[in-house]
Amino acid sequence: MHNPQLTKDGKLKHLLSTEGLPRAILNQILDTAESFVGVAEREVKKVPLLRGKTVCNIFFENSTRTRTTFEIAAKRLSADVINLNVSTSSQSKGETILDTVDNLTAMHADMFVVRHAESGAAHFIARHVAPHIHVINAGDGRHAHPTQGLLDVFTIRRYKPDMHNLRVALVGDVLHSRVARSEIHALTTLGVPEVRVIAPKTLLPKDVDKLGVQVYHDMNAGLKDVDVVMMLRLQNERMTGALLPSAQEYFKCYGLTPEKLALARPDAIVMHPGPMNRGVEIDSAVADGKQSVILPQVTYGIAVRMAVMSILAGNPE
Amino acid sequence: MKIHIKQGRVIDPKHNIDMVTDLYIAAGKIAAIGEAPDTFNANQVIDARGLVVCPGLVDVSARLREPGNEYKATLESEMLAAVAGGITSLACPPDTDPVLDEPGLVEMLKHRAKQLHLSHVYPLGALTRQLAGKQLTEMSELTEAGCVGFAQADKAIIDTQVLWRAMQYAATFGYTVWLRPEEPFLAAGGVAHDGEISARLGLKGIPVAAETLALSTILHIARETGAKVHLCRLSSAEAVDMVREAKQKGLQISCDVSINHLHLTEHDIAYFDSNCHLRPPLRSQRDRDGLRQGLADGTIDLACSDHTPMDDDAKLTPFGESEAGATGLELLLPLILKWAAEMKLPLSTALERITSAPAKSLGISHGQLAVGAVADICIFDPEQYWKVEASNLLSQGKNTPFDGLELAGKVRYSLVSGQIAYSAS
Repeated sequence: MHNPQLTKDGKLKHLLSTEGLPRAILNQILDTAESFVGVAEREVKKVPLLRGKTVCNIFFENSTRTRTTFEIAAKRLSADVINLNVSTSSQSKGETILDTVDNLTAMHADMFVVRHAESGAAHFIARHVAPHIHVINAGDGRHAHPTQGLLDVFTIRRYKPDMHNLRVALVGDVLHSRVARSEIHALTTLGVPEVRVIAPKTLLPKDVDKLGVQVYHDMNAGLKDVDVVMMLRLQNERMTGALLPSAQEYFKCYGLTPEKLALARPDAIVMHPGPMNRGVEIDSAVADGKQSVILPQVTYGIAVRMAVMSILAGNPE
Repeated sequence: MKIHIKQGRVIDPKHNIDMVTDLYIAAGKIAAIGEAPDTFNANQVIDARGLVVCPGLVDVSARLREPGNEYKATLESEMLAAVAGGITSLACPPDTDPVLDEPGLVEMLKHRAKQLHLSHVYPLGALTRQLAGKQLTEMSELTEAGCVGFAQADKAIIDTQVLWRAMQYAATFGYTVWLRPEEPFLAAGGVAHDGEISARLGLKGIPVAAETLALSTILHIARETGAKVHLCRLSSAEAVDMVREAKQKGLQISCDVSINHLHLTEHDIAYFDSNCHLRPPLRSQRDRDGLRQGLADGTIDLACSDHTPMDDDAKLTPFGESEAGATGLELLLPLILKWAAEMKLPLSTALERITSAPAKSLGISHGQLAVGAVADICIFDPEQYWKVEASNLLSQGKNTPFDGLELAGKVRYSLVSGQIAYSAS
């Protein structure tokens, strides 16, 4: 079946998921991002690659952080940016997703950055937009958040350039995490030999091992000798159902403390996609400690999103 | 109207008939097979050389969308689709709006259907009022109005005490209870099989245990109450094994599978194809193989279309927000033929699963070609290939996961009570 993210000649048309993307395209994005890292340090923080283009941030689900980084990325590429918080406007008036998309297309947008609470929403939009429009998935339900996955991989590559000799552990709520899925696919495609997930059984999807990961329920065993510890955000609402008994018990079993981190390799890095719940999934001493690369992740996020936008703009149908 | 169907391959699974011969129809009944009755002057002769002549198909689950959901489909559109698919008798589930829980509504539906002079319609009444799972319906009254059984459609009865009482009460009168086994808490919010694909796509899963736990409950209560039970739309290999074992122990149950689940798996969802959003969900290849084998060895008695037509907008949303179901009336025959061909089964076995077997579960006399029986007949070309094109389907619902598939088996004529209800142009 044809991958809907690619043009007929195999170039990136939309970025919907890291799954199914060839390694060459992932490397192209990461290499291009490398060239944008310096832009932010210049006197004039802009390049003209998207001049005259209009990027539309369509957020059916609220998010300030992700939307802001996409906005900065687009503006540094000299694009015009429109932000639309659909969750607070037309959807509540009964307008469908396609109505919204059609209206923005009629306003001559060139690129849509979309976030939606339903898995598959970005695929759905990509299937129905006009052929000249590029769609970037900024998070769809539990499915994918590819730019986050890529920026995490970019960060890993900066600190640990030899991807073929790495152990990466993802800790926490994999079941509900689009970030985890995007990271797993990106890491396995790039040849990372060992990706582990560490979580209680209630926070892992059935058949998660089919994604090519090793499953651990004991954090001490799972963290042993890893090079990268990726903590996943645990949303508060997970505490109210039957998934977990309490934040305290979760922290006791799966929170990242200096003691547990000591089981990883001494030069291991600690990551978190944000926003963090200090004291629930991560101890402040670790979050702010010398092994933490959480803030560089944010910085690199802009470069990676610039890379994705510029590559898409260079691949017309 | 006297019709002479000439030199077709007449297959009547119920009476083990499979031979090239002539069929004579008079006064809405089958007058003779083979030799013409005395003084038979046909008004019409149908040349059936190279064609199969079999009982009109019987479908145990076709949503006609009336009353209440006429924007999705109407009685007219769906009954035309039925005869175009060779289906001459169909049962419809009670999940209309309002729900089929009052005799007046059932009589109205029967009356409307009868006026169209197309397929025979046999409603399944609601087992509980509003399908709410709290209070029993007037089953005796509903039966007098024309219901042939009682069902909950996709609404599970949460309170096991109510389920027990409903089955007990139905057993008092010998009514059949039609239940789709699904534990509602385990299935809540789920849109796909809990497995590899739901893990990959981030879709909320429905575990196999949702089906097997509910099935186990139903089987236990059936044993205790002696209720006649028909199990609807099995989706897992494990459920097939449980039914096989229960039947071996002598429990009087029957069950069905939809044509969708005979051919598709969770992998067909691919990149969130909402046409593959079905209830129960499409499961693993192992499950599909179990269903195919179960239908072959008779553990699963029959196959149905599980026809669920809907308007385009219902599928034009992200996968999880789309409505579950597929249109199917026009695909029942070719998809059963495809299954039988792939399983290397004779044509008569394939046809048994969609004629006499469903008629038996419904307790109706259709689905056979005996002399004196109502002349409901399907005449089709088993060799003719055609491509499923959603936009060309007669059903108002164009939602099919089989769009673009090439299938063998094209209906040429459908006769209902001795009248030609459909003929391919």
